[in-house]
Amino acid sequence: MRRSIGSGRFAPYLFVLPFIVSFLAFYLYPLVSTIIMSFQDILPGQTHFIGLLNYQRLKNPFMYTAIWNSFRYTVFTIAVLIPIPVLLAVMLNNPGNPANSVFRGALFIPTLVSVVVAGTIIRLLFAASPLAIVNSLLSPFGVKPMDWLVGNASSAMFLLVGMATWRWTGVNIVYFLSGLQNIPRELYEAASIDGASAWYKLFRVTIPLLKPTIIFVTTISVFGGFAMFEESYILWSGNSGGGSPNNVGLTMVGYIYLKGFQGGAMGLGSAIGLILLLIVFAVSLLQLNLFGFFKREEQ
Amino acid sequence: MRRFLVLILLLTVAVGFNAFAQGKTTPLTLWTFQPIHLDFYNAAVKVWNAQNPGKAIDLQAEAFPYADLHNKLLVAVQSGVGAPDIADIEISKFPNFLQGDIGLVPLNDVIDPFRDKFVQARLAIYAKDGINYALCFHVGATVMYYNMDIMKAAGVNIDKIALWDDYVKAGQQVVAKTGKPMTTLETTDQWSYWPLITQQKSDFFSPDGKITLDNATNIKTLQFMQDMIYKSKIAVTAPGGFHHAEQYWGAMNAGGFGSIWMPMWYMGRFTDYMPDLAGKIAIRPLPRWTKGGYRSAGMGGTGTAVFKQSKIQDLAKKFLFFAKGSKQGNIMIWQILGFDPIRWDVWNDPAMSAPNKFTEYFQNDNIFKMLLTVKDEIYPVTLTAKTPDLTDMVRNTIMVQVLQDRSKTPAQALKEAADQLRQ
Repeated sequence: MRRSIGSGRFAPYLFVLPFIVSFLAFYLYPLVSTIIMSFQDILPGQTHFIGLLNYQRLKNPFMYTAIWNSFRYTVFTIAVLIPIPVLLAVMLNNPGNPANSVFRGALFIPTLVSVVVAGTIIRLLFAASPLAIVNSLLSPFGVKPMDWLVGNASSAMFLLVGMATWRWTGVNIVYFLSGLQNIPRELYEAASIDGASAWYKLFRVTIPLLKPTIIFVTTISVFGGFAMFEESYILWSGNSGGGSPNNVGLTMVGYIYLKGFQGGAMGLGSAIGLILLLIVFAVSLLQLNLFGFFKREEQ
Repeated sequence: MRRFLVLILLLTVAVGFNAFAQGKTTPLTLWTFQPIHLDFYNAAVKVWNAQNPGKAIDLQAEAFPYADLHNKLLVAVQSGVGAPDIADIEISKFPNFLQGDIGLVPLNDVIDPFRDKFVQARLAIYAKDGINYALCFHVGATVMYYNMDIMKAAGVNIDKIALWDDYVKAGQQVVAKTGKPMTTLETTDQWSYWPLITQQKSDFFSPDGKITLDNATNIKTLQFMQDMIYKSKIAVTAPGGFHHAEQYWGAMNAGGFGSIWMPMWYMGRFTDYMPDLAGKIAIRPLPRWTKGGYRSAGMGGTGTAVFKQSKIQDLAKKFLFFAKGSKQGNIMIWQILGFDPIRWDVWNDPAMSAPNKFTEYFQNDNIFKMLLTVKDEIYPVTLTAKTPDLTDMVRNTIMVQVLQDRSKTPAQALKEAADQLRQ
């Protein structure tokens, strides 16, 4: 027995067992059961199949708003959270300057703040009252006090993206910094000898060599963007319905939460979840394809 | 050293044994969404333990955020594990718990001996097929809270405000004299709108459960509210969207608005969150829509229920009835929470006119006497399985679209929402 565990036959299986077990228990089983549930009407103690009814119910304005909001949020966060951290990482990547470690720390701290705390503070900063901080800071510039959170789709999206930028810039800088460490110094030296300017070096050396990191960050941003829920939940959490006025902050995961957990319609929630899965899958494939991820490396 | 350790061991064993010998207190878990309710339950359990030494309860009461609590309860009921012994369920979420195999314990056996002493409408909202599943805290009579400093500055006599038209006129006077809005309207909740329509014997649903959200009365009333903001300009949208936002409390506390209509249970929000208005607020019935119309509406509610998953159902049921169904419990509901309790036979009790933190805060000599004048002017509301969805629509779209960004007329917004719900 002892020998058989030690032997080459069982050991590999033993080592992958933790993964297999957690995959079966926490990924495959929930996935299969979500697919089944999406065709069911689920009440306490009474569950029966209803065919495609859950999916038909999703043809409603709330679902469209949720998809549109999630999509916009993802696009905007990627548009902001790739270029800015890349530039900041390049600036911070100079070991000669001792101030850089201070900046690095300062930019990373927001990541450590909980969403709940950050969201609550943002909600109060951007309150509707003319006395609220942001409104009172803007008033000397002739900006009328506005209600940032209630009913205004663009200011609501601005706050959501702003909050994401504040929180995630530091993390993305860390990714890009580690990517930058892998770029050989000699390339820059060679470029300098050839007389390349700083901009030229950035666009011809740094960014092309950073591409794997950019692909990685974009991919996780797509997942993160479509999965966004906490930010919107906290910004409008004072709202007892759990939703946001005019559904300006309704995301797909938020809609799952609203229907599945708040409304107890687990079947409907499962159907939304599966649609979300398909959308994220399609977007990721498309994006990886655009980056040429599936092309063979050129010889 | 060793002797010392032995001593400690003996002591621990003795303490443990002692606790075991006396350990007749039964732990009972209770969840609520409203921290203010905890004060009441903790006080009630003290009285219960004093009166029932053999059945003492170790109450483990916890308050969760509103949405959190109802999600946890719903998941517990659906999965069959994890429910507390007793929980507060807010009225607009209650229908979710009456679907499928109901996970709540029938309370008929404890209610029946005193059934005729309750305001029947408040029992009916938590019942299905004649079985009562929960007990409410209050009737929830909606009243008008006036900031008397502002009324005096504007020269308004609130006792002359009989009809809503008078209220609008008084509001214009307030705006002209003080520059402050007469009132605020909720854009992300339903307490500004719902009482106004039930006052006129309308509702979101007809008594037989059909959707009446877009009927003529409801459209007219929503138009009236929109006009308050944009035509007569006596109202503004509530800061933060609703009357439970920190922003609203801050602004109201600073004397920002002339009045507010909310149910009686809002008194506790005044005493707890708006301390600077102590002694400045007077409570009156709502204005009528027409001569002889109703001056109040029974709004909101918290159904407290015992869960079938509880292992101590009998004790939980008895304690629940003591807290919310007994005469003593009902008096405590008034004394501690400032709610108008659901047993009408306590309304004339001398304890109801005794001074407490609410009588001190508000200008009224006898709050309950004022309340008794409107007790027959409350039209019962109808709840259905679609109530949670409809409530979400009122909170998330209709009010904002009509009162805030005016992207839809009242008729459009109500019709669209009603049509979606009818699908």
